This record gives sequence, C-alpha cells and structure tokens, in this order.
Amino acid sequence: MTLRFDVRRRLREFTLVAAAEIPAGVTLLEGPSGGGKTTLLRLIAGLIPPDGGRIALGERVLADTATRTFVPPDARNVALVFQEYALFPHLDVASNVEFGLRARRVPAPERAARVRRTLDRFEIAALARARVTELSGGQRQRVALARALVVEPAALLLDEPLAALDPSTRDRVRGELAAILAGIDVPTIFVSHDPSDREPFGARTLHLERGELAR
Amino acid sequence: MVFAAALLVAFIVLPLAGLVAHITPSAFGEALRTPAARHALKLSAITTTITLGVTLVLGTPLAYVLARADFPGRRLVDAVADLPIVVPPAVAGIALLFAFGRNGTLGPLLHAFGVQLSFSTAAVVLAQTFVSAPFYVRAARSAFAGADRTLEAASATLGMGPLRTFAYITVPLAAPALLGGAVLTWARALGEFGATIMFAGNLEGVSQTLPLAVYLNLESDDLPIATALSIVLVAFSLFVVAAVRLTAEREAA
Repeated sequence: MTLRFDVRRRLREFTLVAAAEIPAGVTLLEGPSGGGKTTLLRLIAGLIPPDGGRIALGERVLADTATRTFVPPDARNVALVFQEYALFPHLDVASNVEFGLRARRVPAPERAARVRRTLDRFEIAALARARVTELSGGQRQRVALARALVVEPAALLLDEPLAALDPSTRDRVRGELAAILAGIDVPTIFVSHDPSDREPFGARTLHLERGELAR
Repeated sequence: MVFAAALLVAFIVLPLAGLVAHITPSAFGEALRTPAARHALKLSAITTTITLGVTLVLGTPLAYVLARADFPGRRLVDAVADLPIVVPPAVAGIALLFAFGRNGTLGPLLHAFGVQLSFSTAAVVLAQTFVSAPFYVRAARSAFAGADRTLEAASATLGMGPLRTFAYITVPLAAPALLGGAVLTWARALGEFGATIMFAGNLEGVSQTLPLAVYLNLESDDLPIATALSIVLVAFSLFVVAAVRLTAEREAA
C-alpha cells in the first residue's frame, strides 16, 4: 500500500505545495516550525480540504479536486497522533483506546478483546481504568499510539509525537516508538524537527520548508 | 466598608428570613395542602419541566450553530437570541398575545387547526420558554465556542462522524456548563410572572403557577398560602444558587 499525494493549500504567508509517494514504513518529515508540516498531515487526514490536487491511499482516492471527491476524516481510516496527544479527558485509558472501535461499530465482545490485547501490547493494561489526566507524558504517548493503532489504520500520521515529553523521558520513549513502528506495515509519516529522530526514523526523509517539499 | 457590606447583606437576608418567621411550621404544612397551593405546585412542576425540555431540544442546536457556524446575519441572530433577557416580561407577554393570541397574527391560523393558545397551560410554557431559554442558549453557546477543537478532530480521525462526535465528545466536555445553563433556565422559568399573567392569565390549575398563586393569595388576603409558596420558591432559589456555584467550582478545578 502506498500513500500518494500531490496537493496545494494556501496558508497565511505562503502556499503549501507538496507531492510525494509514501511507501509502507516510516518516512520522516522534517523542517522548521511553521513550514506546513502539520497542515500537510491535516490534509492527508481529511481535517482540511486541499485547494487543489489529489490524495490517494493505494487504489482509494481520498480527495481529488478535479472530480470533487472528498472523503471525510471519519471515513478515511487514516490515524493521526496529535502533538499533545488529544486524549479524551472525560474517558479512562481503556475507553480512549476503545473509541475507534466503537466508531466502527465493532461488536462489544470483540471490542473488549482487541482493547485488552492492545493495552497488553503497549504495556498499559495496569492503567486501563486510570483517568488520562493522571498519566505521565510517556504513558499518554503510549495511550495515544494504542488508540491510533487499535483500529488497524491504512496510514499512520504522527505529529511530533515526542515533542511533548521531557528530555529524559524522550530518549527512552524514542526507542520504544522505534520498535513499535518497525512492526507496522502501513505508510507512516513521522513529523519532527528534532535531529535526534533522524537515526531511528530517518531511513526515508522528506524536508518541508515554507510550504515546499523536497527530498 | 464592613458596615456598608453588612448593610447590603442584611438587606437581602432579613426579608427572606422574615418570610420564614411569618408562618408557623404547622400553618406552613396546612397552607401547602390547600387545593390552590397543590395545583400551583403541580402546575409549576409540569410547566417548568416541559419548558426545560423544549429549551434543551431547540436551544442546543441553536447554541451550536451560533458558536460554530459562520453565516450572514449570525451576529444579528445572536443578539436576537439574547433579547428576551432584557425585554421586560410584561412586554414579552403582550408580544406573545399579539403573536399567538386569538386576535394575534397567527391566531386565525391556529384557530383553523382548532388550537387556542392564550390563557392555557400551553401559553404558560410558551411564556416561560420565551423568557428563560436564552439563559441556557448563552451558556451552551459559550461552552461550544470554547470547546477543544483538537479533541473533535481526534474523534473524527478515529472514525466518528460529526453527530456522534457531538454526542460523545462535545456534549460531555461541555456538560458542566450545559447543566449550569439548564439550571438557570429552569429557575427563571419557575419564577416567571409577568409574561405568564399577560399571556396565560391566572386560572387555578390551568395557568396559575407558583408566583401567580403567591400574587393572587396575597391580593385575596390569604397570607399563609402566599407565604408558604414564597418559602418554597426561596428554597428552590437557594438550591439553584448552590448548584450553579458548585458546577462553576468543579469546572474551575
């Protein structure tokens, strides 16, 4: 499965123009803040429409301004891990992870089994009934990742998933994240402007600056 | 400074305490058991519940649209939605009469369908909704405007459509503010007097709500009933103030 996009979107100070093919596995998306990285992820997730262009995941067209196609975010099966994780504060850890399965109307018994398996895999089973507001940064990050991956998304987008962590936690979590992402076989875009992320995640790297995407 | 503060507090507390001092517990119980009091209590309970239900069902979408949608005239609609808060209730009553009364603008149409609104229990609900709904709409609007949009975006990327995101994310997160607004609306509906007496009249069991019963019984010199019902209204008011404060504190925490 390959994620292909060739899109244009007008931003305040420049126009984002980005075209690339993202194969399965991790692609690091680098560049300074305000260069359009988050906007590109939001375009791919369907949270905003492109002004022009096309986005396709394998054979499936997610957006095409030429044919006025626009698949809404809830029908794309593209998971996005937000920078501050955006965990639902009124739900406990298990319910956060379960959310995407409820969205897909997975039957309750199967839902419970998949949540349990995912919590085990991310070593957060002991936190199942904890409120997400009580978690440490590293734990939140794992819940966010578990919530995104439990639905088996067709593509995974991570918006600076380590930036919200304190430096000492960050190195440990970076290693864990690298191990998890190594086992995922869908197009994955990892946004970062931290040079330390190059070694584990930078086998393929794209650079985005002032709306211009380059290798 | 302290004296001025104490003076104002005493000014508020003394008359309310005086209400309680004005009646013995047995006379209070007896007054509440009279048919007039029982009818008023029952009518107020029913009408304020319906008013609250109508306000929640119609006010929630309105508040959401006002908070989120951008359309020409949004600010005007916004101002109109607030208007009943500042319009004198008696004026609201006359306006409702002119609109929905037998000789009102919509009177002939309603009459054709066999509906007569004015001087009925339905008129009580209309009067209450008119004056009290804006309190809920205001609270809900600011809650929806202040909601964390990232959480709604997260819900969407996890596969929840807009309606379910609203139900599972937006509403639960806004719940304390919605509850506070609902309590205020209910309290305002319970105390509604001016618009009700103008538009719905003052018929026992039909349109004589608690405040109207207080007024009528005071006029007809039945002081115990007026006093007892007043105490009930003050007790509800105390409950409302406490409830609103508690939710505000919980929200701040």
